[in-house]
Amino acid sequence: MHTNNHYPQDQDFREALGGRYRTATIWQGLFLSALLIAIISLTALIYNVVDGAFGYVAFDYKKDPAEFTSTPLTELTQDELITILKDNLSSGAYKKLENEKPMQKRSQAELYTLFLERLVQLDTKETWSMTNSLMNSEKIKAEVAEKYPTANLEFRSWLTPQFLVTPMSSKAEFAGVRTAVLGSLWLVGIAILFSLPIGTGAAIYLQEYAPKNWFTGIIQTNINNLAGVPSIVYGMLGLAVFVRVMEPFTSGSMFGVTDSNGRTVLSAGLTMGILVLPLIIINAQEAIKAVPDSLRQAAYGVGATRWQAVWYHVLPNALPGILTGSILALSRALGETAPLIVVGASTFISLDPQGPFSKFTALPIQIYQWTTRAQSEFHAIAASAIVVLLVLLLTLNATAVLLRNRFQRRW
Amino acid sequence: MKEETLNLKTLETQSFRQFDLKKKRRTGESIIQTLLFLAGILSIFVTIAIVYELGKEAMLFFNDPDVTLGKFFGTTKWQPGIGQYGIWALVSATLVTSFIAILISLPLGLASAIYLSEYASFKARSILKPILEILAGIPTVVYGYFALLFITPILKSIIGEQLQVYNMLSAGIVMGIMILPLISSMSEDALSAVPRSLREAAYAMGATKVETSLQVVLPAALSGIGAALIIGISRAVGETMIVAVAAGSGPNFSFNPLDAAETMTGHIARISGGDLSYNSIDYTSLFAIALMLFLLTLVLNLISQWIVNRFRERYE
Repeated sequence: MHTNNHYPQDQDFREALGGRYRTATIWQGLFLSALLIAIISLTALIYNVVDGAFGYVAFDYKKDPAEFTSTPLTELTQDELITILKDNLSSGAYKKLENEKPMQKRSQAELYTLFLERLVQLDTKETWSMTNSLMNSEKIKAEVAEKYPTANLEFRSWLTPQFLVTPMSSKAEFAGVRTAVLGSLWLVGIAILFSLPIGTGAAIYLQEYAPKNWFTGIIQTNINNLAGVPSIVYGMLGLAVFVRVMEPFTSGSMFGVTDSNGRTVLSAGLTMGILVLPLIIINAQEAIKAVPDSLRQAAYGVGATRWQAVWYHVLPNALPGILTGSILALSRALGETAPLIVVGASTFISLDPQGPFSKFTALPIQIYQWTTRAQSEFHAIAASAIVVLLVLLLTLNATAVLLRNRFQRRW
Repeated sequence: MKEETLNLKTLETQSFRQFDLKKKRRTGESIIQTLLFLAGILSIFVTIAIVYELGKEAMLFFNDPDVTLGKFFGTTKWQPGIGQYGIWALVSATLVTSFIAILISLPLGLASAIYLSEYASFKARSILKPILEILAGIPTVVYGYFALLFITPILKSIIGEQLQVYNMLSAGIVMGIMILPLISSMSEDALSAVPRSLREAAYAMGATKVETSLQVVLPAALSGIGAALIIGISRAVGETMIVAVAAGSGPNFSFNPLDAAETMTGHIARISGGDLSYNSIDYTSLFAIALMLFLLTLVLNLISQWIVNRFRERYE
């Protein structure tokens, strides 16, 4: 290499070459740093969410716990708590609680929460993020002692098992995501029931039946365009069509349900179904396209009709791909917020959805609501709800990847 | 001889006709085919429904004697309840946030696409690409939380008090991060579609890797990158939750990114969230905005698809 005489070797050339390589290194560094920025953003986002879900909280009791019991709060047993609640709540309020869930069947933790919420009336003064709590522990303690002399300071995880199973509450300390998670499940359930059969059918039509002409071309272009329509426009469509025009159907008044308007989980689910339909069609088309033609030819060769070839040979082989695509579409529906706001998710609901004609709330809606509140304790539960949402999404996507790896066939 | 042909002919006309499978009636098959066809054209009906419903309510809005196109496009205050119909109050915020988002996502997305397609080893790609995919899969409301409670405080400590709590800058930046994976993956597709022979020709001339990437591969993929840019703009214009959480609530005709302002999408989300009576001017005005959004994104998407298709033809 070094003895190559045809290569220019003089000083100027070597300097120029060195310069070019330096430029090359700089540019390469720039390209890589763009990716690093993306990775840092992702890390910062996840860190920010987790950071918000734990931390110090300064709280006070509006009433002194000593008024109700002489036992230290941490040692209260289930029976003691029931007695305290029975003695101090009005009989109407106690009966209502008893009807919701019999007192004897409630766990100690649940009863203790009731005790704090209803009787001593816990009052959050201020919250701190996890990092802040760990780094400036002493400072926070001093600050609390000065600003709220009577307050207690406690390191709290806002994300608890309790948080998952408690319904909505107007107080952040006692709120949970149970109603929201159930609402989200209803929503994606309805969406997928609607869009999976129709989407797969459309994909089969386009790949197996449709003649190659201008009309098919229009359908295809149209589907690609629908995939790019902003989600809020689907919300407006849902508002106009499902909530308003189809109100007798979506409110359930057609079926004898009386206490609702069109803003039901059914309307929202159908809106979501329309929204993910193009994604499901495009994914299913890809899956069907990947099934080799020889399979179809073999089926025709032994006398199968077109549908027999599709049903017995193409579909079984395309199924893992179709399911993977559907799961990805599901995770899109799970995180989608804007159309739900437009279609009219209720912001405060503490009853589980009872059926397709219930009012509803959903996980992203709660996150939105809590994030936009001014008090920092609501930001903490918003962070906890985000963790729940991200874990759900991660599970779904992991399932999709597993499914793809397990069943994907290479032809 | 003559008899034989005759025989054959009768065979053909009589017995063969019975076995003509093409003419066999298959009710089940035709029903299925019809159902599949209906599923296929449902998407057309969805588009028609969008145009019809948005158009119908938007017409009601524009037919209101108080609303004129002059007011709509000529003034800068939006408050339909009290007769102010200047759409620019909302469009300005959409323009500012989208512009910031593109300013962030185009260079970053393009640079990461070049790295992934030209530099990264197979192993590096298999680690880096999923990270971008995770970024793309995060719900936008989570980005809203991130913008309001992470980026805004950081910006505040840099810029100082003139940055409002709700501001277009942090919403735009986070929107840029959200769009980055989209621009990156579309640009990467465009770069990978450039034939290897072009790169090899450049190397043979003694070009370094960067010179090849920037002066040979990039120009060849320019149309695909243009398509990515347009899709990115379309996404930014239609994005709702980030701006609804972090950009502010209240129309404000301002091009200062430090100000709070409400975009078209954010306005729809805020107004429709409350109790809205049908046939009120507030209700119909939302559809007018939504129609504008739909048409705008439709045109952008069509242009982008047209570019992609043209671009594909060139190398095939």
